[in-house]
Amino acid sequence: MELNYYPGCSATSTGQEYDRSVRAVFKVLGVELHELDDWNCCGASSAHSTNRALAAALPARNLAIAQRSGLDMLAPCAACYSRHKAADHILRHDPQKRGRIEEQVGFSYTGQVHVRPPVDVVLTDIGLDKVRARVTKPLKGLKVVSYYGCLLVRPPEIAEFDDPEHPVMMDQLLLALGADVKSWSYATDCCGGGLNLTKSSVAVRLVGRLTDFAREAGAEALVTACPLCQVSLEMRQAGNGPKMPVVYFTELMGLAFGLEGTDGWWGKHLIDPRPWLFGILDIGC
Amino acid sequence: MIDSSFVQQVNALSEQTVELCYHCHKCTAGCPVALEMEYGPDRILRLIQLGEKERVLTSSDIWLCASCETCGTRCPNEINIAEVMDGLRAIALAEGYPTPEPNAPVFHNLFLGIIGRMGRMHEASLMGLYKLKTLDLTADMDSGIRMFLKGKIPLLPHKVKKMDEVKRIFRETGG
Repeated sequence: MELNYYPGCSATSTGQEYDRSVRAVFKVLGVELHELDDWNCCGASSAHSTNRALAAALPARNLAIAQRSGLDMLAPCAACYSRHKAADHILRHDPQKRGRIEEQVGFSYTGQVHVRPPVDVVLTDIGLDKVRARVTKPLKGLKVVSYYGCLLVRPPEIAEFDDPEHPVMMDQLLLALGADVKSWSYATDCCGGGLNLTKSSVAVRLVGRLTDFAREAGAEALVTACPLCQVSLEMRQAGNGPKMPVVYFTELMGLAFGLEGTDGWWGKHLIDPRPWLFGILDIGC
Repeated sequence: MIDSSFVQQVNALSEQTVELCYHCHKCTAGCPVALEMEYGPDRILRLIQLGEKERVLTSSDIWLCASCETCGTRCPNEINIAEVMDGLRAIALAEGYPTPEPNAPVFHNLFLGIIGRMGRMHEASLMGLYKLKTLDLTADMDSGIRMFLKGKIPLLPHKVKKMDEVKRIFRETGG
């Protein structure tokens, strides 16, 4: 299988361990990723909060580049995914706006490229059987909750991913890795990532709520699929108590697959997950 | 002052029908930031219906909305309230309404300024400029320095090669 790959801006900065782990696990699962040539930022919240036309046109340029090969486009960052899906939704369903965006960007939309989140590709295209077959170091005893956040699942007509109120795909994946996945009711509650810098007190309250409920569910760490959530969840755990590790699902895949180089991922975290991971798993760094 | 055309203005920009709201409060019940808000999403919709333009556009609520989309996902009348909030922010900026939450528009303006110049985000520039603009120099220094030391805030930007294409998009969309 081959896919276009849209790393997004966080891949070279705050979300480096996500980018690296996505590339590593897709490689061993036999998926060839082709980084989109000369891609641009999707505009994120700042574009859609202030200028709707810009918010559609910026992702459309990336879709235009992806169309050259015609391969579906993998977008690991949930925010980038959401912005590209929103632009694609307009291009697919609104002929009038499509004409305008095509003019602004200078391309002709074919609709051939579908924007995909990695969890969906792993479950739908690769399959959990293939994932299970790759597991050499089961994550036995790792008590975790899946945290999907907002933009991977909402709004449902744009996201087209799992169930918007009760998604299970990441849980199924983590179970296949051997983890002890706890059920909880806050998997899609907002972490306040969008207000992380501009109103950090809100992010602190929302993150505190999530970590409290995760602990109550019996989890020792949060597993996420969004680099903006991940930063917020690590940065905004307040107080002097013990901090809860926040890891990407792809990092846990790499760990369960016994991949080399996972230590470089853990070292990138503000809350080092190694004491937790290696206190439980008998696999060394 | 009541502006009876406000609801049409909001509907046109957000492509929603705000009049459909019958105030079941489901949006506000599920809103993660309702606690910090002055009105909450359903009362914002009511104020729009009533033409209370100034009260809505000078409210902190429109900038506190985290765009989590929970409200619109649950709305029985299928109003995408996050889109309404986007529209309100755009009107507030375009018409120059003062805001009690000035950091958010400053952030968005700087963010898009960097994308318009480089095509991609450069966190070091964003953080530096944001601190200078908001004069909040000490906040998050600890995590900022730790991220820098972990190589997560690169000093050199990654620039899009065909910047003429990105600049054209900004020009064409009024960005």
